[in-house]
Amino acid sequence: MTGKIVKENLKHRPMRSLLSILLMGVPVTLILCLVGLSNGLIDENNLRTRGIGADVIVRPTGSTLLSLSGGMSEKFADVLAKQPHVALAMGVVNQPVEGVTLGATGINLELFNRMSGGFHFLAGGPFQGPDDVIVDEYYAQQKHLKIGSHVNLLNHDWRVCGIIESGKLTRIALPLKILQERSGNIGKVSQIYLKLDDPKNTDMVVDYLKNLSPFKEDQYPIYSVEEWTSLFNASNIPGLRPFTFVVIGIGVVIGFAVVCLSMYMAVLQRTREIGILKSLGGSNGFILGIVLAEALILGVGGTALGIGMSYGAYWLIRTLVPASFPMVIVYVWWPIAGGITLIGAALGALYPGLSAARHDPIEALAYE
Amino acid sequence: MNNGSGIIEARELRKVYRVGEVEVPALRGLDMTVQAGEFVSIVGPSGSGKSTLFHIIGGLTPPTSGRIRVGDRDLAAMTERDRTQLRRRTVGFVFQKFNLLPNLTARDNIAVARHLAGMDPKPDPQFEEILRLLGIAQRLDHKPSALSGGEQQRVAIARAIVNHPAILLADEPTGNLDTENSRAVLTLLRGLNERLGQTILMITHNPEAAAYGHRTVNMCDGKIVE
Repeated sequence: MTGKIVKENLKHRPMRSLLSILLMGVPVTLILCLVGLSNGLIDENNLRTRGIGADVIVRPTGSTLLSLSGGMSEKFADVLAKQPHVALAMGVVNQPVEGVTLGATGINLELFNRMSGGFHFLAGGPFQGPDDVIVDEYYAQQKHLKIGSHVNLLNHDWRVCGIIESGKLTRIALPLKILQERSGNIGKVSQIYLKLDDPKNTDMVVDYLKNLSPFKEDQYPIYSVEEWTSLFNASNIPGLRPFTFVVIGIGVVIGFAVVCLSMYMAVLQRTREIGILKSLGGSNGFILGIVLAEALILGVGGTALGIGMSYGAYWLIRTLVPASFPMVIVYVWWPIAGGITLIGAALGALYPGLSAARHDPIEALAYE
Repeated sequence: MNNGSGIIEARELRKVYRVGEVEVPALRGLDMTVQAGEFVSIVGPSGSGKSTLFHIIGGLTPPTSGRIRVGDRDLAAMTERDRTQLRRRTVGFVFQKFNLLPNLTARDNIAVARHLAGMDPKPDPQFEEILRLLGIAQRLDHKPSALSGGEQQRVAIARAIVNHPAILLADEPTGNLDTENSRAVLTLLRGLNERLGQTILMITHNPEAAAYGHRTVNMCDGKIVE
């Protein structure tokens, strides 16, 4: 019977119910988009790193998970190539082109082909001249690029010579020497990838290089690719976790405020009905239960709508900026976002619910 | 005034409301006895304490002092929880403004009372007969907004007696009805009293309505007057 009363109450004011559900869905979408974007960026980055085919990464001294320092001499690649079990060493230059999520990479295409097996070209082919750029399918989609199109990067006009399948190293590949010149990094590389004679030797080589001069003295970060990709997760990205908590907090507050306002209005409108229920023997707990149940149903509706809207956001982001923000749907966060919404809804319904439960039945029955 | 042991017994019953800093006495030492199966009409001017008496008998508010017993239960000593229990099974209310839940159908309005009393929402066969007597058996799936005033009041009566309460309290049950529907409702109340032995207390301003009861009690200034 409680369920029927709650259902009929929700149906009686459909606009109020729908608006409450919509407003409660917004923070759910916000949380799912944030998590989807951060996970998408991390997953894409790790996918592209693994796609290089390297076993070890050597990064400049002083670099962090997200940032590279001033770089290191490209001659280190020659030094590293001569070490035991190292089959190939390839230095690359990384240069941000749009914010922090999109960068170009300067590569020696011949070395890259040997290390990774080469790009899979969907259109066009390798660099033909110094002003050529190879872009992946998502960047081409985002910028509406075709073979022969021109794109301005780093204040220079580049001609698209190839469009590749995404998943290897970078979205935007430029000739190494040209990018070194344009970014003021002549003779320097941002990081060096090593391919070993046998992946089983990875740990041994990493240990060996960490004790090799000058990498030991200057504490160059050296990782196996597996270790590097495992480090690159949401927990290790500075600020991401607190930011996620802030968004979750906002979600709880919005859910709380929406439900509190909505249910408070509902309780005011239903003062007489509360009096009727009390005259029939409805206890304070029964009245509170109706208000809480109604709020929780709104919360469940808000969660479902929020998940639906996150698919809308996913489609929009994937259509408009697939290269800059490779969003994914993170199913495991559905119950978390739902739980957050329900907590907000329950907290928001508590005050109006208690207020309704404490109504004096005689005054409530006299309410016009 | 009947001084025998009845289903309702009130002695020196007082109720004082506090409005801001001012104390307003609503009942001033009322004595009253109602026998089981009686149909008592209560008349009196506005402010004479009729509704307050109903609210106390119905367990909606406690008395300030005095003794009031319904059946074998002492209302003055009851907690809020006890009074909630009393409203579930021992008393049934019929109001002037019908007071049906507007979002629920007539059937569900009746089922709510059953549910709150912890009974099977589906009424017993005897009650189906009462629904036919009330003439609303065909109107149970309509919401109050689709029912006439007379039909709404009959649903309210059905809801009030669905749990077979010891006492039915009717506060101006015909106050919002036209003459024809008023007569129909009063006839129904008298029929319930005669056929089921239902104890009924009815507040009314209308002498013609009061005449449907076995006896009429006059109230003035918070007391029963002869």
